[in-house]
Amino acid sequence: MKLLVNFSRGKGRKPIIAQVVRDTGVLINVERAVIDSSEGEALIDVPDESCRLVRDRMADLGASVRILERGVSLNESECIDCGACISICPREVFSFDREFRLQLVEERCILCGKCVEACPHHALTLPV
Amino acid sequence: MRKSIHQINQRIREGNARVVTAEQMPAIVAELGEEGALKEVDVVTTGTFGAMCSSGAFLNFGHAEPPIRMERIWLNDVEAYGGLAAVDAYIGATQQSTTREEQYGGAHVIEDLVSGKAVELRAISRGTDCYPRRTITTELLLENLNQAIMCNPRNAYQRYNAAVNTTDRTLHTYMGTLLPSCGNITYSGAGLLNPITNDPRLRFIGSGVPIFLCGSQGMVIGEGTQHSPAGSFGTLMVTGDLKKMSPDFLRAATMSGYGVTLYVGLGVPLPVIDTDVVRATAVRDEDITVDLVDYGIPSRNRPSLKKVTYAELRSGVVNLNGDEVRTSSLSSFRRARLVAETLKDWIEKGTMELCTPTQLINPSKQARQMHETVKGPRVLDIMDRNVVSIGENEEIKTAAQKLLKGETNHLPVINTRGRLVGIVTTFDISKAVVNPQKAALVRDIMKRKVVTTTPDEAVDIAVRKLEQYNISALPVVDIKNHVVAMLTAMDLGKLFGGRWLK
Repeated sequence: MKLLVNFSRGKGRKPIIAQVVRDTGVLINVERAVIDSSEGEALIDVPDESCRLVRDRMADLGASVRILERGVSLNESECIDCGACISICPREVFSFDREFRLQLVEERCILCGKCVEACPHHALTLPV
Repeated sequence: MRKSIHQINQRIREGNARVVTAEQMPAIVAELGEEGALKEVDVVTTGTFGAMCSSGAFLNFGHAEPPIRMERIWLNDVEAYGGLAAVDAYIGATQQSTTREEQYGGAHVIEDLVSGKAVELRAISRGTDCYPRRTITTELLLENLNQAIMCNPRNAYQRYNAAVNTTDRTLHTYMGTLLPSCGNITYSGAGLLNPITNDPRLRFIGSGVPIFLCGSQGMVIGEGTQHSPAGSFGTLMVTGDLKKMSPDFLRAATMSGYGVTLYVGLGVPLPVIDTDVVRATAVRDEDITVDLVDYGIPSRNRPSLKKVTYAELRSGVVNLNGDEVRTSSLSSFRRARLVAETLKDWIEKGTMELCTPTQLINPSKQARQMHETVKGPRVLDIMDRNVVSIGENEEIKTAAQKLLKGETNHLPVINTRGRLVGIVTTFDISKAVVNPQKAALVRDIMKRKVVTTTPDEAVDIAVRKLEQYNISALPVVDIKNHVVAMLTAMDLGKLFGGRWLK
């Protein structure tokens, strides 16, 4: 399960992710992170059964955590099955089936948004 | 054995013509042989569906009351060409909206019209005795127009080079998004389904020939602009009635960071009259080779990294210098198939017959490059030849003195052999002064990755480097990497008021 973690680094600069790994023993996979001097956002992947544990512990440490149920979504009436997204995606979310129809494996998506920009037909959107 | 187009049309009218798509032909020929395929197949249909920027439509709006001779015309804020008479306009696919830029353009206007949406027409005029009106604003549907005639000067490229990017930054091109360090490959074209690829000698694709164009029956006008079949880059100029087209085969698109384009579905039926046709239409993706071109080089003559076939490109990965690089198509193979299949259906049902061209297209022409009489400014025209440089083993203090004395903000750093190895700016020196314990020599603080230019590089390309890397100076180097001059943002001022503004 994927969690989107936002934290402010204003006070204390706590090593939140490391702290949670130590406290809970859950191995956290950081899939994407943007962290600067004042704030940070990280997309992390944790086993489904540990999801709530990790979320609650992170919230205790001052982060705001959102469980991401959805990945990128495809508007089939706009998509023309070109495949421009296929090679752009860092996680191989997209592929063609035998009929050259675009397929996507939503669970792999890390919401980086690269495909959204690269799609010539505005057929891809990230969940709000 | 030979068949005539007349005989084939007779069979189409009788409803027993055997029509196949170009994708089916290789297997048919492999099974039946050329003579067998000639006997078996009457018509081969082709199809392509991809970005075709050189597209647009002539529109006639009818006269207003009081009448206006429209001089400047906007459709949903996209300017249409009004240098025609009175109430005619040409809306070009790539023209961008004055308000929404690359998110909306001429292609979107065309798609909106075809989809039955209302489009706002605005026009202005000086007013004349016969056309007194000066402005007009009205909402129009496609059905309100007298004519809406798609007329595309350059469509259906025979094949197109694949694109890759060797630079260290993402490029936004008409070939889509190209990831840095050869991170992906993009390509376009229907390969074995492409019309001209199935008739490379242009025996049957010529003026007046009926085609599938965006879901309706259109026609080949003749050779397309930049038609260059000598290098396997033939193109077609085509026309069709916008009013009969379908948004399934006509889509506006935006190549992010590049601009607006129109995806066009186009197919040509080919009569199978002799074994030459059979052989040509048996072409496979494996047989069609294109160059894999480095779009990181901002020149007309982009280097080719290797030859690749459509079969390799369509497989999803291409091996490039030992790495597996993933590919993306920009055109839709699925819809290209749908074009060829729809065309097959039309002919089987007898709604389209074939004909020979009223005028043949030259199959061996070579397009020329632009004849340029006035060269644009080059770096050597404006560069500053007074170079103040510093050795990499000098002290930072010496660098500071040189910066002050030389009245410059950038010091190229050279090694003992006089070659460029880095650059220091006043900012780097200031940082070093604030933290004096960290570094003592220029080599400790210099930036080793230097963006450079050369004397004969076009100023426009040097300017893009300054913008892209957010820097204000470029060392100008010769082939041995000796710094011969500096080009700073200040030097660009020389372009104004100088001879380049003629």
